[in-house]
Amino acid sequence: MNTIMEVKDLNLWYGDHHALHDISVDIPQNQITALIGPSGCGKSTFLKTLNRMNDLVEGIKITGNVIYNGENIYAPKVDVTWLRKRVGMVFQKPNPFPMSIYDNIAYGPRTHGITSRVKLDDIVEKSLKDAAIWDEVKDRLNTSALGMSGGQQQRLCIARALAVEPDILLMDESTSALDPISTGKIEELAVELKKKYTVVMVTHNMQQAVRVSDYCAFFLLGDLVEFSETEQMFSVPKDRRTEDYITGRFG
Amino acid sequence: MENAAVSRAAIPDSSASGFSRRKLWNQGAKCLIWASAIFTCLLLAFIIGYIFYRGVPYLSWELLTSQSSYVKKTIGILPNLLNTLYIIVVAMAVVLPLGTGAAIYLTEYASNKKLVNLIEFAAEALTGIPSIIFGLAGMVLFSEMFGLKQGILAGGLTLVMMILPVIVRTTQESLKTVPNAYREGALAMGASKWHMVRTVVLPNAIDGIVTGCILSVGRIVGESAALLFTAGFGLVLNDFVTALESSSATLTVALYVYASERGETGVAFAIAVILMTLTLLLNFSANMAAKKLKNV
Repeated sequence: MNTIMEVKDLNLWYGDHHALHDISVDIPQNQITALIGPSGCGKSTFLKTLNRMNDLVEGIKITGNVIYNGENIYAPKVDVTWLRKRVGMVFQKPNPFPMSIYDNIAYGPRTHGITSRVKLDDIVEKSLKDAAIWDEVKDRLNTSALGMSGGQQQRLCIARALAVEPDILLMDESTSALDPISTGKIEELAVELKKKYTVVMVTHNMQQAVRVSDYCAFFLLGDLVEFSETEQMFSVPKDRRTEDYITGRFG
Repeated sequence: MENAAVSRAAIPDSSASGFSRRKLWNQGAKCLIWASAIFTCLLLAFIIGYIFYRGVPYLSWELLTSQSSYVKKTIGILPNLLNTLYIIVVAMAVVLPLGTGAAIYLTEYASNKKLVNLIEFAAEALTGIPSIIFGLAGMVLFSEMFGLKQGILAGGLTLVMMILPVIVRTTQESLKTVPNAYREGALAMGASKWHMVRTVVLPNAIDGIVTGCILSVGRIVGESAALLFTAGFGLVLNDFVTALESSSATLTVALYVYASERGETGVAFAIAVILMTLTLLLNFSANMAAKKLKNV
């Protein structure tokens, strides 16, 4: 297993609240890593430290290192826009822009300076195919993305994230607002995506973690309690607290 | 038991008298409300009707396309039409970049919440100040201190002071209606903040910004008090550059001059007709713009 991102002694404070304690973990490349744990345990916060989306939160303080591509992404010289291009993100609620399907996908590439129509056409088609939604939308690329169903919108958002060719895709409970069929499609898609990308997903759904992920990280009250292969965690958890959580003794 | 009996008695039963009294009240209130609604409409209709009745006969092509002449004893309001246009151009050219810029800074960039609240409060308070006070301040500041004399420039800048808070507030309100999810989505793809504001936030707030601008133009057209000391009473036809620093009456000021100093009530009513039509058109187009841009 190759490591694509190495988190070392990561601590995070919201004002006085110490939200993440000494998190150290290696994110494996081309695998799906699921972050699980009860609400408020810090898993979403942790996910957002990986592409520095937490920078937008006021009064936040972060110490420690997140090594990606040989450098600490919190080093002063790191260009956040470069980082976020390499580490894409899909949110809990689908958030397509109020533009056409085509323009949604082309937004990222255009942002990064691609203007050639031929190139953009190419990227749009490829991204939509990668997100397994091409066949559904290829005849209406110029219609508004807001007219799609929730599940389609979420896959569009995945395609939009893929359009800037990231290494890593972060998914923040990306199926929690969707119906079971759409959820199934996104799970399938995630498994397909790990051939080309590394996926890190936050999920509240234990079955989802088992179905989809290769590795699992269990967070509790800001601590990373256990990180291991999913199969192992759900059969022989190392920590008592993990066992209690996954067997449903608290949540 | 007794209590229950009392409370039941307290609710009026449907005896004929109680019922009809309530019905009467109901009818009475309805009539009163109707009457006030009709009175309001009639009042409006009367004012508009009267102004048109008095003003329209004086409207003529000559009035609109010439300037007043003491020698020929003719009256024309072309200079005032142009002055109004000039002052709109000057005021909007300054206030639009300034106001939208400030609003974008306050909603998208500023991190000091206390300062933002203070500025918002100040803007709110400024909108309540009587316009004659802006005129007084503008006269001292622009005409005297900056030496701009009386003219379109001093008048326009005075209007900028007056309209700036309005533009800032309306722009801020429309920026705030753009969902945060759009901002996050753009930033998560590696867009820089300004790129995000330009490509995602502004296009989604443009309807509110345009509406605010049109309504501000409406205020400029209708403003008089703030211009009395700053733009001046001049009725001479000037080109744009000359008008900037020479006394130039806008339509509203001209209305005042013709009505009170020249005793030309008919001309004043004709100007009133023009002003009212303009204001109506502007309000109408503000509504249209808001609807049209919203659907994009």
